[in-house]
Amino acid sequence: MSIIIAGAGLAGLSAAITLAQAGRKCILVSAQPSERAQSVLAEGGINAALDNMGENDSVQEHYEDTVKGGVYIANRRAVKGLTDNAPKTVMWLSSLGVPFNRENGRLLQRPFGGQKKRRTAFAKSSTGKMIMTSLIDKARSFESEGLIKRYPHHEFLRLINDNGICKGMRIKDRISGKCASMYGTVLLACGGMNGMFPGHTTGTVHNTGDAAAAVFMQGAAFSSLEMIQYHPTTIGIPGKRCLVTEAARGEGGRLFVKRDNEPWYFMEEKYPVLKNLMPRDVVAREMFFARRETGSEVMLDMTGIPHKVWCERLPDLKKELMSYTGLDPEKEPINVHEGIHYFMGGILTNEHHRTSIENLYAAGEFTSLYHGANRLGGNSMLGAVYGGITAAEDILSLPQSSECEVVFEDAPSDEPYYEESRARFNDALCEILLDGMGIVRNEQQLDKALSALEELTPENDREKARVMLARASLMSAAERKESRGAHYREDYPQTDDEYKKLSVARTDGGRVHISFIDADKEDICR
Amino acid sequence: MQIRLDIKRQQSPDDKSYIQSIVYEYDDKSEVLSNALGNINKGGCKDTEGNDVSPLSWECSCLQKKCGACAMVIGGRPRLACDAKLSEFANEGFVTVEPLSKFPLIRDLSVDRSVMFDTLRRIRLWLETDAYDNDKVRDIAYESSGCLQCGCCLEVCPNFYVGGRFYGMAAGLPMSKIIAQSQKGNDKDIRQQYKKHFYSGCGKSLACRNICPAGLDADRVMASSNAAAVWKRNVYKKK
Repeated sequence: MSIIIAGAGLAGLSAAITLAQAGRKCILVSAQPSERAQSVLAEGGINAALDNMGENDSVQEHYEDTVKGGVYIANRRAVKGLTDNAPKTVMWLSSLGVPFNRENGRLLQRPFGGQKKRRTAFAKSSTGKMIMTSLIDKARSFESEGLIKRYPHHEFLRLINDNGICKGMRIKDRISGKCASMYGTVLLACGGMNGMFPGHTTGTVHNTGDAAAAVFMQGAAFSSLEMIQYHPTTIGIPGKRCLVTEAARGEGGRLFVKRDNEPWYFMEEKYPVLKNLMPRDVVAREMFFARRETGSEVMLDMTGIPHKVWCERLPDLKKELMSYTGLDPEKEPINVHEGIHYFMGGILTNEHHRTSIENLYAAGEFTSLYHGANRLGGNSMLGAVYGGITAAEDILSLPQSSECEVVFEDAPSDEPYYEESRARFNDALCEILLDGMGIVRNEQQLDKALSALEELTPENDREKARVMLARASLMSAAERKESRGAHYREDYPQTDDEYKKLSVARTDGGRVHISFIDADKEDICR
Repeated sequence: MQIRLDIKRQQSPDDKSYIQSIVYEYDDKSEVLSNALGNINKGGCKDTEGNDVSPLSWECSCLQKKCGACAMVIGGRPRLACDAKLSEFANEGFVTVEPLSKFPLIRDLSVDRSVMFDTLRRIRLWLETDAYDNDKVRDIAYESSGCLQCGCCLEVCPNFYVGGRFYGMAAGLPMSKIIAQSQKGNDKDIRQQYKKHFYSGCGKSLACRNICPAGLDADRVMASSNAAAVWKRNVYKKK
């Protein structure tokens, strides 16, 4: 039995390094090399109450902001661990060589949404890429020692389960097409379900959602599937949405719409304290309403950001915006639109990252652990790195066992989940999900979407699993008859304490069952 | 708007290659090659001779110039498909699309770039201790950390070939991070690797200049690394 990690982004790498540092061997499986992982796209920064900005920040305030930002349905023990350990986590990354911006030796921190204190450490506007490069370097040292063994063009197909216990997983070599079984403890760090919305998210095409769909079909409990984060500021580029980092507003960018030919700074008027830096769910929703009210597009005005800040803190953002829009953001406002950015929902885990299936762990955006109904900017990279470390630490408590031999064989014609889903099928499924799960939802739309799902004709395992995961997502949204965080129901606009719970979806492969449980429940996965 | 894509197809390294021409229609002047390839692979597309176009093998991931997956030779120049606007080729009316030629072919536009990652392991590219830090170190570390490992710089380099002693800019840049961030007295090995496998093999053709899809300032990074690794100057003022 080995330790097998699927996914080599921030969470997978952090877990692998943690295991290797303790002298334990692991296998790191990924569809593409780490350099191509979605984590390299993260821009704005990583949160930790380092209190470097003289604002008397504390881990307690970071904890409170995260719980409040998630509208009180994140596991509080998990969030406590996350926020208490954030300073240590960020300083570890710094020691690995992440070139965080500094002043007089200390890490600088910028303001991010939903937080009153400047808490987000950053490396200009390419923080994810910078962290990934340092983690990749560190992992490489353990690869040379044989502690980390990579399978870098290999795709997760499904779990190997025996009587409800995970015994390993099946993988497919994307070059040869051959398959192999890997036996051992499995940690899934396969990212968010972007592939359920092809072309409509800020993520990468390799976060297909297939791993999530397969594992859901195999009986794993998922939670908060209705909680999809629309990032307020994205721009449309060919084939996807491109993120305009929250740092643009953190450094002074202002949102407005034209009303009676005058700019209306609706966020500043409605939220005089945090203004443009309200949590993302609030900003995205207000943009939706402002557009609906005025009929004009939402603009992001970054012309007030000092030139020095553009050079020292946002150089890559400026380059990107000029390349895609042809406009100089220092000189004129940019048209922005909400875009799907992050999945708060995912596989259900407890604070040790154990799932409902014994011997199966999960970390990173693949899980639903830390962010409740809405993730704060700067908490995703923290959740991925800390989550990977935490999962690995729990795995270290398991008895050590011998390595498994990995033998590739020609895949039989009936290899489950071997065939990819068709692009046109994915597009059709996406349209249904978008209709049901926009920024503003209602029962009628959700029912219509659920009915439309029945009209689809899935042809292979992956397509069938996708439909099931889509059904679970729509049903989670339909069952939550209130508004909370990213889930806004115009037919139930109030937040209702009765729903201060996690939605949990399960399937036996036929029907989907939704229940609501207390997020702080001990043994939450049972 | 329409453009003819002349795509080099090859089922496997053992099969013969051929050019398949596809007339691709698009509405938006910002349309890029990666989107065209994605749309073609949705099926139902015919080539100029009326044959069905079978799924094209190509790599992509982020679609916004940050991951390096979709590097290929476009119009004779290595670049990222997600950064290649079709309107750039409107005057010619066509554009050639080929795989990177320096790496073993997998199929069509997919190549095996694992040699790049193997190289970084071979030169022991990692920090042995905590990172050294000051403003200058951080500046070089930031720039060199941006390398996408896409292989475009190796494709144009007259000195680089797979299996050769010269590892090219795709190794030179990442080595610069480690040279800058190694603690004083801890960088002898990486300095030697840099000198042997980068500095002494570079013919200074500067072919890689302006080819980097990430726009990395290799000149500035190399100036620092050459001084530190070759002339052993304490450019980073390490104590």
